[in-house]
Amino acid sequence: MIDFTMPDFTQAYAEIFVLVMICVILILDQFLSDAKRNITYYLTQLTVVAAAVITFNQDHSVSVISFSGMFINDGMSALLKMSLYVVMIGIFLYSRDYLVKQGLLKGEYYVLGLFGMLGMMIMISSHNFLTIYLGLELLSLSLYALVAFNRNSPTASEAAMKYFVLGAIASGMLLYGMSMLYGANGSLDFTIISNSINEGSASKQIQAFGLVFIIVGLAFKLGAVPFHMWLPDIYHGAPTSVTLYIASAPKIAAFAMVIRLLAETMPGLQTDWQTMLIMLSVLSIGIGNVIAIAQSNLKRMLAYSTISHVGFLLLGILAGNEAGYSAAMFYTITYALTSLGAFGMIILMSRNGFEADRLDDYKGLNQRNPWYAFVMLILMFSMAGVPPTVGFFAKLWVLEAVINIDMTWLALVAVFFSVIGAFYYIRIIKLMYFDKSETDIAIEGSADMRLAISLNGILILALGILPNSLMALCVAAFA
Amino acid sequence: MGFEKIMFYIFAAILVISALKIITARNTVHAALFLVLAFFTTAALWLMLEAEFLAMVLVLVYVGAVMVLFLFVVMMLNVNVDELRAGVARYLPVGAAVAIAIILEMSYFILGGFDNSQFTPVTHGADYSNTRAIGNILYTEYLLAFEIAAVLLLLAIVAAITLTLRRRPNTKFQNPSEQVKVRKVDRLRIIKGMDSEN
Repeated sequence: MIDFTMPDFTQAYAEIFVLVMICVILILDQFLSDAKRNITYYLTQLTVVAAAVITFNQDHSVSVISFSGMFINDGMSALLKMSLYVVMIGIFLYSRDYLVKQGLLKGEYYVLGLFGMLGMMIMISSHNFLTIYLGLELLSLSLYALVAFNRNSPTASEAAMKYFVLGAIASGMLLYGMSMLYGANGSLDFTIISNSINEGSASKQIQAFGLVFIIVGLAFKLGAVPFHMWLPDIYHGAPTSVTLYIASAPKIAAFAMVIRLLAETMPGLQTDWQTMLIMLSVLSIGIGNVIAIAQSNLKRMLAYSTISHVGFLLLGILAGNEAGYSAAMFYTITYALTSLGAFGMIILMSRNGFEADRLDDYKGLNQRNPWYAFVMLILMFSMAGVPPTVGFFAKLWVLEAVINIDMTWLALVAVFFSVIGAFYYIRIIKLMYFDKSETDIAIEGSADMRLAISLNGILILALGILPNSLMALCVAAFA
Repeated sequence: MGFEKIMFYIFAAILVISALKIITARNTVHAALFLVLAFFTTAALWLMLEAEFLAMVLVLVYVGAVMVLFLFVVMMLNVNVDELRAGVARYLPVGAAVAIAIILEMSYFILGGFDNSQFTPVTHGADYSNTRAIGNILYTEYLLAFEIAAVLLLLAIVAAITLTLRRRPNTKFQNPSEQVKVRKVDRLRIIKGMDSEN
């Protein structure tokens, strides 16, 4: 027999709970009539909240590795999972309004959404190539299905097809890189690979070769230039509730994946991946910000904005030290919250069979409703990085981390392009406040939706005024 | 060169040729059949590596089940390959150049990079059970990965049904409980007045 220690199942309680609830909701939903579909929704929200309680009560002061080295719980996983839950609650809340308006309210949306969340939780807690890949596939598969969710829309089907094909190529790249590292180091376990790289017994050439493929796979999933071509089409083509999903929560999981693979597994190859990330981030910040100016569709514009934000996120990671990682983590969490609010606004502005995704739909929003115009103003300022919103501090700390490793030129390039990028965010503010509205239809939305989007805006502002508590948590996660 | 090595090269050659034929065959049914051949030769290669269980599963699952379904789909859909090939001539020079560059780069790294002496294959006697060895670690060391893979399959089922199940208003289907409850008077009408007395 082989020697085997029983895994500590308590470490994975949150994941096990979510999986059980997915099965319960999946079966229960079959017995509900369309009028009672709200039960599915409330159960889904309850699942996320209960998972948050479970994760919160876990001891995350020490890092625990379980399931034969496949699963890890540490400070980083706890903080990322908690922010993931917050974002997921927002996603489910906003998307219900959209699904009702577009006549798409079906239980499968919530089941697929929860499957995606489970995948992200596994990615965040993975400590082995196998688990990180399986978690990624769990997330990707549910996203492919969600993009194609509205079967009557040809653009959504086209977007799903593109996403599926490109996502499969990216997964292939990632797997190929992993196989190279496995071949060179003889293990899939992050700790063993990291030690083996440091010992330097295996060929450096093969390690770097595998690393290139892993970076390509990661860049595809993050949407960094030059692997960004899928992003605008999918953001544009998918139903807005799904764009909301893709644009917010998976960024947190992708950040975890980059940290687990690059910072934890391959610190020995830091000089190699640092150069690659510099190229990716300069291109992303530049091209993302410049092309966004030419967009007339808000969803496409936000897609290019995402690309530039990914560039900023990579800036923090390429700094390669604790300060950089925690700055990037702060950036990711706050960006996910801001992006959640921005797509939530599109949903709020949409009506039955009408999607408010053109920039012109925001003309004169201030006349129609000053409060939502103000919330949108906060969100746009935060994306542009204007104080006192949280986006300013996110950018500031990332740039500080880059300057501290003597790469001031990189910080200057990033600032230059984000000044250019500020143009298209401020254009929306100009449309809202200084142009005349084409319609005077009142903005409708359920009470919880209106409350949540107001809270979302206030949160962005409050985090901007008091950023230190969240930043302290991010720093503690890497201490 | 031993017998085993000769067999390896024969199988490897068949595998590479059939893989090439999958993407170059004009007839989609032929392409699917070449895929069967590719799976089969892969199984043979795995047998030579003493991975009997995996070889058997590959033949049973992929050749036996998946490919049969695949063939059904290919035969039912009338795919016009020539239409799909319309742009090939235009993109061929660029595609070929990129492919050759990648092949050269990759072989440069891989051929020189791996130290083969480090990993010598282990051989076992005839009483060694490959299946038992996999079973021992599949449900212990690889428990988490195994479970996630199972969840992945569940997700695939849910996603496929979500995307394909359509309830049309005029769909006709059987209702077994109604069928069982049916009584004679519902179906049979006896018409009187047709007997011979009249």
